[in-house]
Amino acid sequence: MKFIKYLIVGTLFGIVMAKSEAISWYRIQEMFRFQAFHMYGIIGVAVVTSIIGVALIKKFKLRDMAGNPILFYPKNKSIARYLIGGTIFGLGWALSGACPGPMVVNIGYGFMSFGVVFVFALLGTYLYGAFRDKLPH
Amino acid sequence: MLDFILQPWPWWFSGLILAGIMFSLLFFGNSFGFSANLRTICSIGGAGKKVKFFDFDWKKQTWNLVFLLGAILGGFITNQYLTLPDQVVDISENTIQDLQALGFAAPTSIQPSELFDIEALFTLKGFLILAIGGLMVGFGARYAGGCTSGHAISGLADLQLPSLIAVIGFFIGGLIMTFGIFPLIF
Repeated sequence: MKFIKYLIVGTLFGIVMAKSEAISWYRIQEMFRFQAFHMYGIIGVAVVTSIIGVALIKKFKLRDMAGNPILFYPKNKSIARYLIGGTIFGLGWALSGACPGPMVVNIGYGFMSFGVVFVFALLGTYLYGAFRDKLPH
Repeated sequence: MLDFILQPWPWWFSGLILAGIMFSLLFFGNSFGFSANLRTICSIGGAGKKVKFFDFDWKKQTWNLVFLLGAILGGFITNQYLTLPDQVVDISENTIQDLQALGFAAPTSIQPSELFDIEALFTLKGFLILAIGGLMVGFGARYAGGCTSGHAISGLADLQLPSLIAVIGFFIGGLIMTFGIFPLIF
């Protein structure tokens, strides 16, 4: 039962990704061609709202539902891993038109070809794990 | 009200809900990062026996897998109950023209049939596009330590420089693909 809230929030995530058309390959192309504000508006509003909220959480030292402090951990400092990894991610994002979340939303929506995209995303994750020690981080 | 739900949702409304999802997960004691699920699924599949990176206590990520199941369900519910029939994505006229120059017909749904119809999957080129696209997303997300949710939303919300670098990388890759590689493959 403790997982039901994640099912509800995940379902809302799937609905909002689909209803905002962020799962559409066309919308991702439109974004990378800078031909509409739509995707920038979605991410922009989400980020600005989140920045304000996170600042408030820190300022008022808010706690989660279990009573534990909500903490934020700084990510490891590096340029190579974020820039190279991010670039590879971006190449795949533009080609397939989907980042990991929208891949599975598309499967639910009925675009079964995204099952192939998702399986290969798993394979890509596995290859990263296998070659991790040989990559610059 | 019903009409508002059935129409495509405006960017501001969608962005606010995404922020709400991010805060909900913080309140539940976790954080928003979807691509961690890819690592978890590899671990469940036994990858930890061969590769140390996948040898971790994946059960702590069960909540995120449930979130993933919800995302699939959300896509299904939207298609079945929350969308007008024959919904066509309303992208800009410029994008339609640019894509037509590459051989894509004007949109007739939310995804191009040229890439995502099952027939396309059974052509070598169609299969390779989906396979290589997915491969790069999965590899790049883990290499960069997160995807759009983990970096562009959770990371930027906390004003983390690594996340900004990752998002810049997302765009470098996306622009290279769109303007450099698309004209060669389409």
